[in-house]
Amino acid sequence: MSPPALQLVDLQKNFGATPIIRGVTLDVAPRERHAIIGPNGAGKSTLFNLISGRFPVTSGQVRLKGEDITGMPPFQINRRGLARSFQVTNIFPRMSVFENIRCGLLWSLGYRYSFWHRVEGLRDARERAESILEQINLSARRDAQAGLLSYAEQRALEIGITIASGADVILLDEPTAGMSRSETEHAVALIRRVSEGKTLVVVEHDMSVVFDLADRISVLVYGQVIASDTPERIRGDSAVQEAYLGTAGTEDAHA
Amino acid sequence: MSMLVRYAPWIGGAVALIALPHVFSSGASITMMSLMGFAIIFALSYNMLLGQTGMLSFGHAVYYGLGGFITAHALNVIGAGKLPVPLPLLPLVGGLAGLSFAILFGWVSTKRAGTAFAMISLGVGELVAACSLILRSFFGGEGGISTSRTATLRLFGINFGPQIQVYYLIAAWCLACIVAMYAFTRTPMGRMCNAVRDNPERAEFVGYSTQMVRFIAFCTSGFFAGVAGGLAAIHYEIVTSSVVGAGPSGFVLLMAYIGGIAFFIGPIIGAVLMTALQISLSDYTGAWQLYVGLMFVFVVMYAPGGLAGLLLMHRPLVATGTLARLLPAYALAALPALALSAGVVLLIETSHHLLVKAAEGPKMHTLWISYDANSPLAWAAIVALLAIGFLAFRRTWPVVSGAWSGAIIEARGKPGR
Repeated sequence: MSPPALQLVDLQKNFGATPIIRGVTLDVAPRERHAIIGPNGAGKSTLFNLISGRFPVTSGQVRLKGEDITGMPPFQINRRGLARSFQVTNIFPRMSVFENIRCGLLWSLGYRYSFWHRVEGLRDARERAESILEQINLSARRDAQAGLLSYAEQRALEIGITIASGADVILLDEPTAGMSRSETEHAVALIRRVSEGKTLVVVEHDMSVVFDLADRISVLVYGQVIASDTPERIRGDSAVQEAYLGTAGTEDAHA
Repeated sequence: MSMLVRYAPWIGGAVALIALPHVFSSGASITMMSLMGFAIIFALSYNMLLGQTGMLSFGHAVYYGLGGFITAHALNVIGAGKLPVPLPLLPLVGGLAGLSFAILFGWVSTKRAGTAFAMISLGVGELVAACSLILRSFFGGEGGISTSRTATLRLFGINFGPQIQVYYLIAAWCLACIVAMYAFTRTPMGRMCNAVRDNPERAEFVGYSTQMVRFIAFCTSGFFAGVAGGLAAIHYEIVTSSVVGAGPSGFVLLMAYIGGIAFFIGPIIGAVLMTALQISLSDYTGAWQLYVGLMFVFVVMYAPGGLAGLLLMHRPLVATGTLARLLPAYALAALPALALSAGVVLLIETSHHLLVKAAEGPKMHTLWISYDANSPLAWAAIVALLAIGFLAFRRTWPVVSGAWSGAIIEARGKPGR
C-alpha cells in the first residue's frame, strides 16, 4: 500500500507560551479531497503554515508521501511536490498574468537558476503556462498586469500559480473567501477541475463548498482535530455539532 | 526580417560606438566617452541588484574597486614577467576578481534581504575601505597602485598608448557587457530575480530559494562591476584606495536611480548624464555636487521612474502621433521653469561665492552675467526670479497636466502606428 500523501504526526505549535496547534494527527490518502473546517482561531491557517514550511514546527512530524519534511524551508517542500495558495492573495503584482504562471512552473520543468536559456524560447514553459491559463479561464487576460486584475481573477491566478508546478499535493487556504455566490460556484468548479487526480487539502468557511467538494472532513477546534470522517458522518457527529456546527449543522442538512 | 528587427538596436549601438569618436574627436570628448563606457557597465551591474532583484546596496564600489586593483596588479605582473597576455583580456581578470569577492561577501550578505542586506553592504563597504588604508602592500597607501597598459603583449601592432585605442577597447567591452546583462534579464534566472523583488514569499513557495536567487544575482553583478573596475584601471593606469569607498558606492546609486531603475536603459542614461555632469559641471562650479544632489532629490520625489521613466511615458504619444498636442503646454511651462532654475542656480552660485570664495572679492560671473555677489540688487533679482518662477510655474502646471491627460486619452483611443 502506498503511504499517505500527507501525514501529520502529533504536530504541535506554540507561539511563545501559547499553544496554537495541540497535537494534530492526520492522514490524507492519495487523490483524496480533504477539507479542514473549524471556528475562527482554531488554527487552520497555522496548520497550513506548518505543513508548507512557512512556520517552524514546535514538535511532531510532517510527512509528505512517506518522507519526513519537518523543518524544511518552503522551496524544498515545494520541490517535493506540495504547493499551496494563500488566504490573502499572494501573486507577483508587477508581472503579467502569463509571467506569474510561468514563474510558478520554471523550477518544476528543470530550468532552476538557469541563465543560459532564453526564457521566451522555452516552448514547454510557454505551452504549459498557456494551458494553465486556459484551465483558470484567464487566457483573455494573459498580458494584463496581475496587480490590476479583479479580486476574483486574482484568486483564480492564485490557484493557477499553485497548480502550475504540477505538484500532486495541493493546499488551498480559503479559496472562495470574499467571493459572491456565482464567483464561488465558478471557483468550486475550477478547484474540482484542477485537483483531478491529485491530493487536495482545503481550508474553507463556506459549508456548502466543503460538503460539495470534500471526500473527507476534519474538524479543528482549539488546535485539535475532534473528528475526521466522511461528510455524512461529520454532519451527524454530535460532538462536532456541539463544538462547532451548532445550528449550522441542521441548516446544512436541508441546504 | 524579424531577426534584423530584433538585432537592430544592437547593430545601431555598435555603429554609434564606432562612429562617435569621429563626431566628437577632441581628446577631451574621447576621454569623456571612455569614462562613460565603464560607468555604463558599473551602473547596469548595480541595477541588476536594485532594479531587478530589489536589493539596495551601499557598497557596490567594493567589487568595482577590487576589480580595478587586481587588474592593476595583474598588469604589473604581466609587464614585469613579459607574460604573453594581451591587454583586451585584462578586464576579464577584473571581472573574475569582482566575482570572487562577490562570492565571498555575498555568501554572508545575501542571507538577508531588505534593510538588513543594505546595512550589511554598508558594513562590508566600510570594512574594505578601512582595509584599503591598512593593507598598504596591496592597495598602495595614499599613492595607490600605478601601472602601465602598454607593457602587454601586442596584437596587430596595437599598443593601447593613444586614448582612441583605449576608447575602442572600452567601447567593445561596454557593448558586450550591455548585451550580456540584457540577455540575463531574459533568462529564467532573470525572471526569478524580478519575482523575488516583487514577492519573495511567493517565490519560495514556487520552489525557489530567495537566498540563492539573491546570491546568484549578487555574484553576476559583482562580475560586471569588476569588469568596469578593470577597464577603469586600464584607462587611468592608476587605482587609488578611494575607489572602494563610500563615494563611488553612492555615485553608482545616483547614476542608476536618476537614470531610472525600472528600465533596462535607465542606468545607461544615468551613467552618460552623470559622467558628463561630473566632468563638465565641475569645470564651471565648485558646487556641482550640490546640483547632483538636488537632481537626485527631485527625481526621488517627483519622477520615481527616473529620466528613462519620463522619456518612456511619452512612447504611446509618439506612437499615435499625439505628442504634438503637448508641445504648446510644455513650451508654456518651460518659461517659468527656466526662470525658476536660473534663480536656483544664481542663488547657489552667489552663496557659494560669498561663503567659499570670499577672499577673491565680490566680483563674480555666472550664467553669462557679471555682478557683485554682495550687491542688494543682485539678491533682489534672485529672489524675484525664484518667486515669479515658482508662482508662474504653479499656474502653468495645470495646463500641462490637462494637456497630458487629453493627449493620453486620445492616444488610447487611437491604434498605434
